[in-house]
Amino acid sequence: MTTSPVADDASAEIPAFPQPRAAVCPFDPSPELRGLASWGPLTRVRSWNDSTPWAVTGHAEQRTLLSDPRLSADFSHPGFPSPVPHTGGERPSTDLSFVGMDDPEHARLRRMVSGAFTIKRVEAMRPVVQEMVDDFITRMLAGPKPADLVQALALPLPSLVISELLGVPYEDHEFFQTNSKVLVSAVATPEERAAAHTNLYGYLDQLVGEKLARPGDDLLSGLAQQITAGELTRREAAAMGVLLLLGGHETTANMITMGTLLLLQHPEQLARVREADDPKVIVSAVEELLRYLSVVHLGRRRTALEDIEIAGRTIRAGEGVILLGELANRDPAVFPDPDRLDIGRDARHHQAFGVGTHHCLGQPLARMELQVVYPTLFRRVPTLRMAADVADIPFKYDAVIYGVYELPVTW
Amino acid sequence: MKITVDEERCCGAGQCVLIAPEAFDQREEDGIVVLLDAEPAEGHHTAVREAASVCPATAIQLSESPD
Repeated sequence: MTTSPVADDASAEIPAFPQPRAAVCPFDPSPELRGLASWGPLTRVRSWNDSTPWAVTGHAEQRTLLSDPRLSADFSHPGFPSPVPHTGGERPSTDLSFVGMDDPEHARLRRMVSGAFTIKRVEAMRPVVQEMVDDFITRMLAGPKPADLVQALALPLPSLVISELLGVPYEDHEFFQTNSKVLVSAVATPEERAAAHTNLYGYLDQLVGEKLARPGDDLLSGLAQQITAGELTRREAAAMGVLLLLGGHETTANMITMGTLLLLQHPEQLARVREADDPKVIVSAVEELLRYLSVVHLGRRRTALEDIEIAGRTIRAGEGVILLGELANRDPAVFPDPDRLDIGRDARHHQAFGVGTHHCLGQPLARMELQVVYPTLFRRVPTLRMAADVADIPFKYDAVIYGVYELPVTW
Repeated sequence: MKITVDEERCCGAGQCVLIAPEAFDQREEDGIVVLLDAEPAEGHHTAVREAASVCPATAIQLSESPD
């Protein structure tokens, strides 16, 4: 890059986005991405389709913008900066339910399911999750060495938890895990993603039909009741089911593997997690891992509905905005010495779950699962270690949720 | 200190309930914030300030008297 950071946007050489991570530091944002921050808290980037949306790098600016209702999350908007090529105009914003909607429609749908994710409800699930984690670890220990932590624990745990919560039969897990994986892949073709969505939608629609006929004590049955009451269409219910099933999979699974892998590189901090008597130590460690790893990478996406003045710049109505949470989480103004992993630091202001009205619905559940998983794994398997070099681990450079495809471990 | 909450902005994250349970709770049906004590005792002020600054929806406003 030869242009100066103060150059006019029109004449500046606009950096391409996204750029791959550097294989030598798989836990850090790519050097090119970090370079964006030197251009100021927001700068233009060049997207796959040659559009030049704004990239926002600062923590404070992201918090301000993501709390601003003048930014729309509707991904059918022509200015929406899609992270991956898609079949233009054919991706309705209702595909992922309220994720692609603005308030008040977003709030109407979200608040039909948000009662399942209160602190009290999630805490009540903790003993059940503890039992599940213990079972998966027992099975892993009884099996061959080395084991793949992705298949032994990281993926099946959140998959089982969200299945039970929704009322989705876990015996179908191969079907919905496979399709979820395609939906969050950045290298799948638009047709492959559309087919995966159709598969999941059809599956959820059929389940909603079954819950209408024979309601149980689960979240999908709750949605079925709302359909009966005329508050919700069957289409809305099935789309919400797809969103929740998908959201409950890749994110938590990748945090489990990436957090384990990172702690194995920091044995002194791993020991503090393993030996902690005070649950606050674990809570703090989980927040720091969420901050440091920021597995939801490649940015949160919005379109400006009106002109917005911020940090001395004007985002014009209709322009795309990409908010880079992984850079907010390494902002030295908020996190001193941000590239140092320190499970004792106060990391609570991280933006790993986003900010504003679209803040991750499932985050209390994800946090609780992680708070159970890490200490249990390191206590039950005190000799846990990698069965491969970090250099040989297949990282998900090509997925919108960052993680590893495989994590060979032994003990 | 006087607390006001914006139920429209609230995203039901429950961070305030974890940090300052004396002042905040959540509605059972949708997790939206319930203000238990709009003028909490001084001993809770630090926690309430932390809850407001961590709130992912910026739904908690504080007005602090200069006394």
